[in-house]
Amino acid sequence: MARRLRREWLPLGLFLALALVPVLAPLGPQSFILSLMTRIVVVALAALSLDLLIGKGGLVSFGHAACLGIGAYAVGILSAEGVTDGGAHLAVAIAAAAFFALATGAVAMRTDGVHFIMITLAFGQMLYFLATALSAYGGDDGITLPGRSTVLGRDVLASDTVLYLAALGALLAAYLLLRRIAASRFGRVLEGARDNPVRMEAIGFRPFRFRLAAYLISAMIAAVAGVLLANQTGFVSPATMAWQRSGELIFIVVLGGLGSLHGAILGAIAFILAEELLSHWSEHWRIVFGPLLILAVLFARGGLAGLLTKGARP
Amino acid sequence: MSSTLLLIQILNGLQFGVILFLIAAGLTLVFGVMDFINLAHGVQYMVGAYLTAAFAAATGSFWLGLALALPAALLIGLALELLVFRHLYERSHLDQVLATFGVIIFLGEAVRMVWGSAPIGVEMPEALSGSIEIAPGLLYPVWRLVIIAAGLGVGIGLYLTVHHTRIGMLMRAGASNAPMVSALGVDIRLLFTLVFGFGAMLAGFAGAMVAPILSVEPGMGDGILILAFVVIVIGGIGSIRGAFVAALLIGLVDTLGRFLAPMLLRLLLDPAAASQTGRALAPMLVYILMAVTLFVRPAGLFPARR
Repeated sequence: MARRLRREWLPLGLFLALALVPVLAPLGPQSFILSLMTRIVVVALAALSLDLLIGKGGLVSFGHAACLGIGAYAVGILSAEGVTDGGAHLAVAIAAAAFFALATGAVAMRTDGVHFIMITLAFGQMLYFLATALSAYGGDDGITLPGRSTVLGRDVLASDTVLYLAALGALLAAYLLLRRIAASRFGRVLEGARDNPVRMEAIGFRPFRFRLAAYLISAMIAAVAGVLLANQTGFVSPATMAWQRSGELIFIVVLGGLGSLHGAILGAIAFILAEELLSHWSEHWRIVFGPLLILAVLFARGGLAGLLTKGARP
Repeated sequence: MSSTLLLIQILNGLQFGVILFLIAAGLTLVFGVMDFINLAHGVQYMVGAYLTAAFAAATGSFWLGLALALPAALLIGLALELLVFRHLYERSHLDQVLATFGVIIFLGEAVRMVWGSAPIGVEMPEALSGSIEIAPGLLYPVWRLVIIAAGLGVGIGLYLTVHHTRIGMLMRAGASNAPMVSALGVDIRLLFTLVFGFGAMLAGFAGAMVAPILSVEPGMGDGILILAFVVIVIGGIGSIRGAFVAALLIGLVDTLGRFLAPMLLRLLLDPAAASQTGRALAPMLVYILMAVTLFVRPAGLFPARR
C-alpha cells in the first residue's frame, strides 16, 4: 500500500488539487479562476488523448486539433440549428470524430515516421480549410454560441462551477479509462508495435489494427474535449483547428512526460499557467515563451513527470 | 476570354510554384542530408521579406535592399544553426518539431516587436513595375515573370550544383552515409552548416521576391511552410528534382483549383452552392493530392537514393 502510494502520489495529488479548485475559487476572482481552470482541464483532456497515440503508440499525430475542432463545431452547428441538448452534442461530436478517425486513419496508418507526421498534418489542414469555407456558420470568423449546452432541457452548465466539475469528471473518466487500456493486452501490443513492429508481426499481431483502434479512441476523447471547450469559450472558430494548436498539444504531452498519462495533465497545467502569467507580464510574452519551449525540449528530457518522480520508480 | 483568363491563372500558378520551390529546396536538402525537420524554415521566408523591406526603405533601392538582405538572411540562418539546431541533429523527430516550433514563436514575435503587426509594403523596382503583352490583348505584370525566371534559374543552378560539383557530390554522399563521409576526412559538421545556411538564404530570397506583390506581415511564413512540406513529401524527401516537379504541381493545382473548382461545380450545382462548395474544396485539393500520393507511393514521386 505504502509502495503503491509512493508510486501514485503524483496523479492522486493532481486530481485532489483539481477537485479542490471549486472550493478555493471563491477566495479569489472566482469566475476568472474557474474559467482558467476549466480551460486547463479541457486542454489536459485533449493532451491525455494524444498521449495514448504519441506516448504509448509512438504515433506523432500533428493533426490532433482537428478532433478538438470537430467537437467544438458539433456544438456550434447544432446550437445554431436550435439543438441545444448536450447529449446530442456529445453524440454527434463523438460519431463525427470516429468517422473522421476511421477514414483518415486507414490512410495515415499505412505510413510511418515523418510521413505519418506530415499526413496527419495534411488531414488537419483539410478540416481547417473546410471550416473556414463554412460561410453559413461564420466561415473564417466563427460563430458565437447562443448559450451553453443544456442537460435534459435544463441549463445546469450555465454555472461555471458545474461546467468545471463536468470537465474534471470527463478528465478523470478518460484518465482511468486510458490507464486500463494502457495496462491491458491491447496497450501492451500498442507499445510493442511502437518499439518493434516487425517482431510484433512475427508473433502474430497486425500493428495496423491496434494503431487504428488507438487513433479512434484518441479522436473520440479529443472530440469530448472539443464539446467542453466550445462551452467554456462560448465561441467556435477555425482557429481551434489551426496547425499551431496541434503543435501546442504535442508540446504539452512532451513537456509533461511522454506515455505517463498524468504527465499530460501536468503539462497542460504548466503550459497554460505559463502562457497566462507571461501574457499578463507583457504583450510580447511570446519572445520569452519561444526560448522557454526550446530550452524545455533541449534539457527537460523525460518531462515534468520524469523530474518530479525521479528516484520514486519501483 | 476564358482561355486568356486560364493562361493568366496558369502563369500565376507557375509563379506560386517557383516560390514554393525556392522554399522547399532548402527544406528538402536539410531534411535529406541531415534528417532534420525544420519547422522554422517558413520563418526564414518571412525574415527575408522583412529584411528586404527594411533595407530597401533605408537605401531607397529594391536591388540594394535585396543585396543586403540575402547575406543578412544567411547570417541569421547560420546563427540559428549554431545556437539551436546543431543540438538537435541526434534527437528524435518529435524533439526537432518542438524546438523549431519554439523558434517560430520567438522569431514571429521578434518581427512583431520590431516592425509591428500591420502589413508593410515594398516598392517594386521602377523598370520592372509595368506589364507586357504576352499574347494579343493579354497583359501580364513583368515582376511576376521575373519571379518565374529567377526561380527557374535557381532550379537549374541547384541541379547542376548537386549533381555536377564536388560539394554537391559530398552532399549526396553525406545524405546516404554521413559517418562514412566523415571517416574519409570530410568535415561533415561544416558541410551541414553550409547546406543549412544556403537553404535559409534561398527561403529568404523567396521572401524578398514576393515582398513587392504580397503584404509583408508576421504570419506570412506559417501557411507557406505547410505547403512547402507538402511539396517535399510529394516530391520525395531529399530530392531537388522531386521538389521542383512537386512545387510546380502544387502551385498549379492550388491556383487553378481555386479558379476552376467553382466553375466546374456550376455545371452540377446552382451558382451559390457551387461557389460555396468550390471555395471549400479548392484549398483542400493539395492535401488530397498529398494523401493520395502517400497512399500510392509512400516515398514520394522521386525518392532520393539511399
